Amino acid sequence: MRGLLYTLSVIAVVALGFWAYREGYETRASEKAVAALERQIGQRHQELSMLRAEWAYLNRPDRLHALAEMNFERLGLMALSPDHFALTDQVGYPPPEPPASEALAEALAEDLSDVIIMNHRYGADVEATLIAPPTLADDGEQLP
Amino acid sequence: MIFRRRGRPQPTDPFVPVTPTVPRAPEPAPVVPRENPEIGRLRAERRLKFTASCFVLGFAVVAIKMGAIAASEAREPATGSLLGASIVSQRADITDREGRVLATNVTATALYAQPHKMVDPVAAAQGLAAIFPDMNAETWTRRFTSGSKFYWLKGNISPEQQQAVHDLGEPGLLFGSREMRLYPNGPLAAHLLGGARYGEQDVRAAEIKGVAGVEKTFNGFLSDPAQEGAPLRLSIDMPVQTAVEQVLYGGMRLMNAKGAAAILMDIHTGEVISLASLPDFDPNDRPRPATEGDPGDSPLFNRAVQGVYELGSTFKIFTAAQSLELGLTNAGTMIDTRGPLRQGRFSIRDFDNYGPRLSVTDVIRKSSNIGTARMALDIGGARQRAFLESLGFMEPTPLELIEAPGIQPLVPERWPDITTMTVSYGHGLSASPLHLAVGYASLLNGGTRVTPTLLARDDPPPPGPRIISPRVSAEARHMLRRVVMEGTASMGEVAGYQVGGKTGTADKPKYTGGYWDDKVISTFASVFPAYDPKYVLVVSLDEPEIEAAGEARRTAGWTAVPVSSEIVRRVAPLMGLRPNFDPGRDDFGAYLTQAAAR
Repeated sequence: MRGLLYTLSVIAVVALGFWAYREGYETRASEKAVAALERQIGQRHQELSMLRAEWAYLNRPDRLHALAEMNFERLGLMALSPDHFALTDQVGYPPPEPPASEALAEALAEDLSDVIIMNHRYGADVEATLIAPPTLADDGEQLP
Repeated sequence: MIFRRRGRPQPTDPFVPVTPTVPRAPEPAPVVPRENPEIGRLRAERRLKFTASCFVLGFAVVAIKMGAIAASEAREPATGSLLGASIVSQRADITDREGRVLATNVTATALYAQPHKMVDPVAAAQGLAAIFPDMNAETWTRRFTSGSKFYWLKGNISPEQQQAVHDLGEPGLLFGSREMRLYPNGPLAAHLLGGARYGEQDVRAAEIKGVAGVEKTFNGFLSDPAQEGAPLRLSIDMPVQTAVEQVLYGGMRLMNAKGAAAILMDIHTGEVISLASLPDFDPNDRPRPATEGDPGDSPLFNRAVQGVYELGSTFKIFTAAQSLELGLTNAGTMIDTRGPLRQGRFSIRDFDNYGPRLSVTDVIRKSSNIGTARMALDIGGARQRAFLESLGFMEPTPLELIEAPGIQPLVPERWPDITTMTVSYGHGLSASPLHLAVGYASLLNGGTRVTPTLLARDDPPPPGPRIISPRVSAEARHMLRRVVMEGTASMGEVAGYQVGGKTGTADKPKYTGGYWDDKVISTFASVFPAYDPKYVLVVSLDEPEIEAAGEARRTAGWTAVPVSSEIVRRVAPLMGLRPNFDPGRDDFGAYLTQAAAR
């Protein structure tokens, strides 16, 4: 009984030692990885700040001014002046798209050579109406 | 109810045992056989040794740990410093109010030599001379062979130059990495930023120190690691500053002036949106201070802050406003303007004869020295001095520039009547354009004192102490508006922005005493929009002279005013100020009606 106990404890100690050894190495490895990542982050930050400086240098006002003058024919950029302010009423918006209704689409899809599509647009978004040409009755009288 | 008697007490029992009076003999202690003293001594010794060894072990552990700490090199813990990873440079950026970079750091390379490691010092010196044209081969040969162990060769070299030095293959030429202060916009806002130079140098790093401007004022803040690289945000607006400098430079050339200054300030918060002084310099390559000649002509000289001039007629509005505030006059009171006005051995004249009398508004509009002097005499010297002091004309401005606190306005020591009269129209008291901008902002923003600042403010500061009533402030703005509409500053009108302002032309003093006849400082101090004040603009030209309408003109109305109006035209839209083209709109009348009703 005692012998078994001793054997078990020795095995346990060896196992724990092995586990601790492995944990130690793992910890050191992850510490190294963290340090490497931090160095990388620092390097990236450094690059970022360099890029920011370059951006600021490329966007310096006298360079932009020179570029605007060089490309004046194409871009026509002018200095902002008070008459560039306007009211929203003065803005030339594009005309609104004609409302795409199903009835209209159907009517267009149908090939009716003698049907005139008329769209009495009294409002911006009225439904398109289909008006057929006057059909004649059998006796030749025009029907309403 | 039944009462029962308590039973009688029985006589005590005579056979109770009594306590004996004589004590009995104690029982004898059991006899323990005596231990062998030798065994006891050994046990005690064992225990003492055990205790002692425990102590020795404990102290030994402490001592070993202390020794280990003392012997090892001190360093920061390697992990857990992610917070610090965002700090890449030792000095923080400076940005404008929208976060555009005005000053930043880039990595740079320095070149140094260790001659004792060199293989061939002569060839090294010749190679260096071929790469760097400013290095002399003979001088450096002599130095490399002199036995010295260390030389700084170049503070900052380009990658191409670095490669060329690499190609020399000389082991005694070494590179050190460091940071370099970069001002990407070149000379833009040069006087504000100042400049920087290297302080303590090492082959691994070099300290950057501000030498002037905000770089020096905020040196501690910019290099403080506790700020974690937070940029210094100035109140300057970069596009506005660019436009102001551009227009001012053009104006300076057109008006044949030798210098110019402009200050644009938010009238309510005191934030300096733009501050320009010409001629300027490139802070990336800051010139050395001039050792000869007039320091006022050096490009390093900040005319807007350091230039102390007599500011001329721009002061008249202060006199008029104080007169109105004290109730001595109102805007329509007629002032006697017959000249010349004699005081002792001095006589005061006007530029033209403006007739026998003018209203207060017209005194300002036509810029009558005599009328202003008479108003000032009514006010009295002591009150005038106190009023100017409340506007900040007696002390340096608290602007966060290293130069500003040293600029004391030149104030006459005694204040006799003649001083009262001359100061009323801006002579005899010298102040910087910045002082004037602060004075105008304080007077015209509704009458509360403004503190100028270069730092962007997110929320408006509490209003300063009251100087004049809002009503007088509005009347002063109205008078300034009249100056532009039909007075001396008629070229200052910018459609839509209702500029109001006052011109000032002051003769320059000679160093030998007296004044130059043909050299002036012309100043235009303005506020826009006059009926809803937002900004104050002061433009000052040094020695302008143009040929216009058949004669040489130096007055501010012909020189500073057109420059100022062009600045307003360019800058106001940039600041998002919408023009108001409604010509019939005059809030002043409505304001007065409302004030009367209240």
